[in-house]
Amino acid sequence: MAAEPLIKVENLVKHFVVRLGAFGERGATVHAVDDVNFDIFAGETLSLVGESGCGKSTTGFTLLNLQKATSGKVIFQGENIVSLDEKRMRPYRRELQIVFQDPYSTLNPRMTIGEVVGEPILFHKLATKAELPEKVTRLLADVGLPARFASRYPHELSGGQRQRVAIARALACQPKFIVCDEAISALDVSVQAQIINLLLDLQEKYGLTYLFIAHDLAVVRHISDRVGVMYLGRLAELATREQLFSNPLHPYTRALLSAVPEADPELEKTRQRQILVGDVPSPLAPPAGCRFHTRCPIAMDKCRAVVPEWREVVPGHHVACHAVEVGAAG
Amino acid sequence: MTAPADNKPLLDVRGLTIEIETRRGPAIIVDGINLTVGKGETVGVVGESGCGKSLTMLSLVRLLPNKIKVKGGTAEFAGRDLLKMSKSELRQVRGGKIGFVFQDPMTSLNPVMRIGDQLCEPLIYHRNMSKADARKRAIELLRLVGIPGPEQRITAYPHELSGGMRQRVMIAMGLACDPELLIADEPTTALDVTIQAQIVDLVKDLRKKLNMSVVWITHDLALIAGLVDRVAVLYAGTVVEDAPVGELFARPTHPYTRGLLASIPKLSDEQASRLSSIGGTPPEPGRRPKGCPFAPRCALAESVCHESVPVLESVAGTSGHRVACFVAQRQMKEAA
Ligand SMILES: Nc1ncnc2c1ncn2[C@@H]1O[C@H](COP(=O)(O)OP(=O)(O)OP(=O)(O)O)[C@@H](O)[C@H]1O
Ligand SMILES: Nc1ncnc2c1ncn2[C@@H]1O[C@H](COP(=O)(O)OP(=O)(O)O)[C@@H](O)[C@H]1O
Ligand code: SF4
Ligand code: SF4
Ligand SMILES: [Mg+2]
Ligand SMILES: [Mg+2]
Repeated sequence: MAAEPLIKVENLVKHFVVRLGAFGERGATVHAVDDVNFDIFAGETLSLVGESGCGKSTTGFTLLNLQKATSGKVIFQGENIVSLDEKRMRPYRRELQIVFQDPYSTLNPRMTIGEVVGEPILFHKLATKAELPEKVTRLLADVGLPARFASRYPHELSGGQRQRVAIARALACQPKFIVCDEAISALDVSVQAQIINLLLDLQEKYGLTYLFIAHDLAVVRHISDRVGVMYLGRLAELATREQLFSNPLHPYTRALLSAVPEADPELEKTRQRQILVGDVPSPLAPPAGCRFHTRCPIAMDKCRAVVPEWREVVPGHHVACHAVEVGAAG
Repeated sequence: MTAPADNKPLLDVRGLTIEIETRRGPAIIVDGINLTVGKGETVGVVGESGCGKSLTMLSLVRLLPNKIKVKGGTAEFAGRDLLKMSKSELRQVRGGKIGFVFQDPMTSLNPVMRIGDQLCEPLIYHRNMSKADARKRAIELLRLVGIPGPEQRITAYPHELSGGMRQRVMIAMGLACDPELLIADEPTTALDVTIQAQIVDLVKDLRKKLNMSVVWITHDLALIAGLVDRVAVLYAGTVVEDAPVGELFARPTHPYTRGLLASIPKLSDEQASRLSSIGGTPPEPGRRPKGCPFAPRCALAESVCHESVPVLESVAGTSGHRVACFVAQRQMKEAA
């Protein structure tokens, strides 16, 4: 992993200003993403996990410049793309794609599947009108759908089939990088496995790089090269899959892993759980110091005042926690 | 756990059949479900979206939406058929002896009523409590489900609470009258894993304290592994396998159950290896195949599977493990 990263995320911040009160009389700031740093390497699957509202999607949107970053940089092909306006962004749009959780709300209900998949091809001038049907057929075949689906409408498809169409549409641009934002979360278990396999096959075939946003840790463990754990807008820990699952260093990562049920009644009988108390605080008023200190079982005085630094404690293993020593072997 | 003298299950559902009115005419969506729940027992009902889990449970307390009707079967609760009770008898049971936690707290909590008042209502109605006593009990219930500062929270409206807290209020409501049976429909699906773990812990704890029976509906096989005594696997409106939880995970027998278990990623998996998956999707209501409902997706299907419907039969050499599959049943007979 000595290679130059495909994408470099530096000190990325995204705040939303919202109006509160019955008459919107009070302004407040949602700290959705705060000072996030990570690299994404070509051909890898980097996952972001964490609880609802912790800023995973916002990181994905901001990184693709679909939402304006409050501050920070995202370097792609030598350019800080988050500083670009839509016109100058256009050449990069083709290479950076996203697939959402609920393809139904993102697929135009009045367009046929053929039109849905063909549209970005025409927009980016990747084929002529005459070449289009053949291209669409090939893309549908890539995602395991028969050519006859081209004349169908989104509502005639199952959830898994719609997700295949959304993936075909993203692939149509011949992208380098795809953000999969909870792309399999709404699917039934038996269909979920089909789509995971599809994503793995396509990655191998086209050398794709994924930012995989999910809350199902079993799935993340299965498909990721590296995993980042977010809590209340900040990265708590980032490591290779092996490091993170066998040697979690951050107290939040440990609690999160211990809360995931395993499909094994024998194991569950003897398993020691570490149950966190309390709810996730509001991102409108994140706790001072370490944002996890209100729920952390080992919080110290320092944690309530000082933001823990984001450090690489062993090669490839980053963590933000005052209690973790450099060189921590666990 | 105190076993009842006569060993009769607390809840005994037999041949439950539910039909829905569609544009193309009536369609069966729940097809002859059998399900029993013993006293103090926790039963997991698992199956994928749309397989009929919620409708089955709603039918028991007769809360089916319009155009959906029970077409047959019985559902005895403590010896009385819930499906034949009068409205007034039913009101006694609902929210009293049977507690409910619905799938979506926002639709089942009244948005314009303070949560304390919502908690007090069934106590005043079912338990004839005075307002003051009901209020005291409501505070106790909120404390029980782990809501901090219940004295203050009791005046909150549902939208003022986080998702996890609303779910806990729902559970408090389900438990308000010390039910003999708690039916919980995906009570943690919308919640994050750390909050889910809190709630699962809470229900385990309460069930022990109250010797309560629980039906836990979910699509998450991993979740029920450490939570239930027995599992019923639903597919397209029928129970295809029914077994003690350890049995089910150790010896899944129905091809659908096997497929489901195999499609869950596991700790021991090699990274980024292909998952085993079941091709195709479940049938839509009104498009159920004639024979075994799983036949169009089943790798083992034979001609008999497309002609007749397999029924639940005991798995040889086990107690309480039943499966509805022609091929599995034949293989067991051949092995015996
Ligand atoms: N457009 C917006 N305006 C105001 N606040 C927003 C907006 N978009 C997101 N937020 C807030 O920013 C925070 C992070 O949101 P985000 O959607 O990125 O979280 P997430 O981890 O993807 O959550 P989930 O798993 O629920 O999708 C949340 O508190 C959310 O309410
Ligand atoms: N109000 C309704 N109107 C029409 N169809 C419904 C309604 N509720 C449920 N259904 C259908 O009934 C079937 C079973 O639904 P349900 O019991 O809610 O499944 P589950 O809870 O397992 O997801 C599904 O096909 C669903 O689409
Ligand atoms: S910095 Fe302190 S509060 Fe935060 S995770 Fe580490 S020990 Fe816990
Ligand atoms: S009865 Fe036939 S089709 Fe149905 S699960 Fe068994 S083998 Fe498969
Ligand atoms: Mg999200
Ligand atoms: Mg349901």
